[in-house]
Amino acid sequence: MAQKKPEKLIDEKDVRLDGRGLKELRPMKIEVGVLGNADGSAYIEQGKNKILAAVYGPKEAHPKHLAIPDRALLRCRYHMAPFSVEERKSPAPSRREVELSKVIREALEPAVFVEYYPRTSIDTFVEVLQADGGTRCAAITVASLALADAGIPMRGLVAACAAGKVEGRLVLDLDDIEDKEGEADLPLAWMSHSNAITLLQMDGSLTLDEFGQAVNMAVEGCKQIHGLQKETLKAKYVAVKEEVEE
Amino acid sequence: MPAFYERREIVTPGDLLAEDNYVAGDNTYKEDGKIYATRVGLVGYDDRKVFVVALKAFYVPFIGDMVIGKVVEVGLGSWIIDINAPYPAVLRASDAFNRPFKPQRDDMLQILDVGDLVMAKIIAYDRTRAPLLTVREPELGKVERGQIVEITPTKIPRVIGRKGSMITMLKQRTNCQITVGQNGVILVSGRSPEDEQLAVMAIRKIDEEAHTSGLTDRVTQMVRSEKRGVEHGSKET
Amino acid sequence: MKYPIMIRVKQKQIAQLVSLGKRLDGRGLNDYRGIQLEVGVVGRAEGSARVRLGKTEVLVGTKIELGEPFPDVPNQGVLTVNAELVPLASPTFEPGPPREDAIELARVVDRGVRESKAIALEELCVEPGKKVFIVFVDVYVLNHDGNLIDASALAALAALLNTKMFNYEVKEGKIEVKPGYKPLSVKNYPIAVTFAQIDDKLVVDPWLEEEQVMDARITITTDKDGKICALQKGGYGYFTTQQVLEAAKIAKEKAEELRKLVVKG
Repeated sequence: MAQKKPEKLIDEKDVRLDGRGLKELRPMKIEVGVLGNADGSAYIEQGKNKILAAVYGPKEAHPKHLAIPDRALLRCRYHMAPFSVEERKSPAPSRREVELSKVIREALEPAVFVEYYPRTSIDTFVEVLQADGGTRCAAITVASLALADAGIPMRGLVAACAAGKVEGRLVLDLDDIEDKEGEADLPLAWMSHSNAITLLQMDGSLTLDEFGQAVNMAVEGCKQIHGLQKETLKAKYVAVKEEVEE
Repeated sequence: MPAFYERREIVTPGDLLAEDNYVAGDNTYKEDGKIYATRVGLVGYDDRKVFVVALKAFYVPFIGDMVIGKVVEVGLGSWIIDINAPYPAVLRASDAFNRPFKPQRDDMLQILDVGDLVMAKIIAYDRTRAPLLTVREPELGKVERGQIVEITPTKIPRVIGRKGSMITMLKQRTNCQITVGQNGVILVSGRSPEDEQLAVMAIRKIDEEAHTSGLTDRVTQMVRSEKRGVEHGSKET
Repeated sequence: MKYPIMIRVKQKQIAQLVSLGKRLDGRGLNDYRGIQLEVGVVGRAEGSARVRLGKTEVLVGTKIELGEPFPDVPNQGVLTVNAELVPLASPTFEPGPPREDAIELARVVDRGVRESKAIALEELCVEPGKKVFIVFVDVYVLNHDGNLIDASALAALAALLNTKMFNYEVKEGKIEVKPGYKPLSVKNYPIAVTFAQIDDKLVVDPWLEEEQVMDARITITTDKDGKICALQKGGYGYFTTQQVLEAAKIAKEKAEELRKLVVKG
């Protein structure tokens, strides 16, 4: 089903196509510990995005020559299911997926105490089951939870969210059509530790001033997501507690 | 010198636990005078030490730990043992033979083959080398029979209980020998399969409900009622 | 790839110098290495440029071919950027399919050209939905001494400015090549400026040893109007918001300097 491009993505009252305000995140649902085999796992729905993440390790690095003598090798594979987008995506990894795997890994690595487990590997797998814009950010949010669920020691959780410019206005958490039709997209990952920006990319066109505003807007979005991440992790164990105490 | 959480409150990685003159304990890190959690878990205090009891973690070898592992490789003069840790462990043939190993004389497969289960103690480990095992103590060595239960390693202390209360209760009430590997592998051996099955069920329950209070009582009750059921059922047949 | 092992003393030396505002090769924190640019170095290519950034050396060649447009943009030509980390350029480069850093390099260069709308792709349409021109930009790294992104982006822009299109006419759906050439129309001049973060300080144009000790890297591409058109963070460290904003400001200034080397007049 091809979507027809609407005339306007944001109306005169600053309401977006899906009813959101300019600085509003899409509805989100997160779960942790969703897969049986993985050492850690998590699932996220952010708008129409549906993404699964699993973590295996730390374990002996294979092939062995990849092992790093003084820290763990953090690996990440971001992959889109063939049915996740409108036109079937070939299951072979595209150049885009290779790049995203790299930047996602580099967004997560500042949070992980890789120096604790030299010569091992920690493997993170992200499968996008359904995509609707901002999948790399949602992937980071969910992968960071999968790492925590695997019991990997971390400096903090990493939350990610994009800001961008659509029809002349700065907006938070762009969906697919806003990303495609908009003027700029700026995905950003943030970790509470040191107020760190661990992923930053942009394409489109922004003035220096707009850029500064967009960065701050994205950081604010990440802080909201970070709150949700913490709640989700805590809720999982509170649930176990309550179930028994009844 | 504030502390921000109550004892046994759940925290997540990056949560600020305490400031100033606290000491960083397990599953925490200190930076610029602040102590943060590194894992999901329950906060604990021990005098000035802040720590987190991890709700989920993997096994990290520790010298002196008794572990139960699987032989995955027979090498030249040593076995590689998978002990559910980030690093595979090594057991030297000379240790198992209790004399210098001579390949022309000693057949390693006579002692341990791939797929065998072995009970061993960690005698060396420093993160740069593979953990080194020994079997030169009574009760250690190849495991010949019994049932294996694998649980989250962080829950081993609950299986043992305060001053061994849980495990003592389990052993008495199920008539089973229960050997706890610190790496989360537990070996149960009893006189009848029913006894073993009961012990396994009890351990699974502990794994699921480890971080709740009144656990020993609930497990005791479960064992008691299950046992009655088994006896009752056997009478009917 | 072998994991590079850095001598600890050297690591300290570099970090210490940077904290004093100095660098091993005598540059200031915001200085580029010497840049040499040659264009038209490969006759067979439609356009080409060779950039030497200190000892880093990159050759970019462009080719133009006829092909099919993407179905979602039937009336636009196609831009394809590819990067090869040629094995002769470094002991750490090996033959084989492109590694992730080669793919990232190509995509960062691509993003700068594409997002600044440097090439008017709609002018490259011959027959909507059927025939368009494809512009291939091939980045060939010849010597790796750090900051491949800036060198490649600069060489790519220079090569595009050097690119000649053949003249043609469309007659009854057939394309007839006519004598003579016209330059490829280039509308914008994106310039990438890369920073390395070492010991919480930003340095412009990191060379190889600085890249080996850096915590993180950020590339900011600005267009001729000083607007940011592409951005990429790399490396396993992080930046603070202030650092990012500061980098954006410096990137804009530096890009103006570099642009003068490529765009004459």
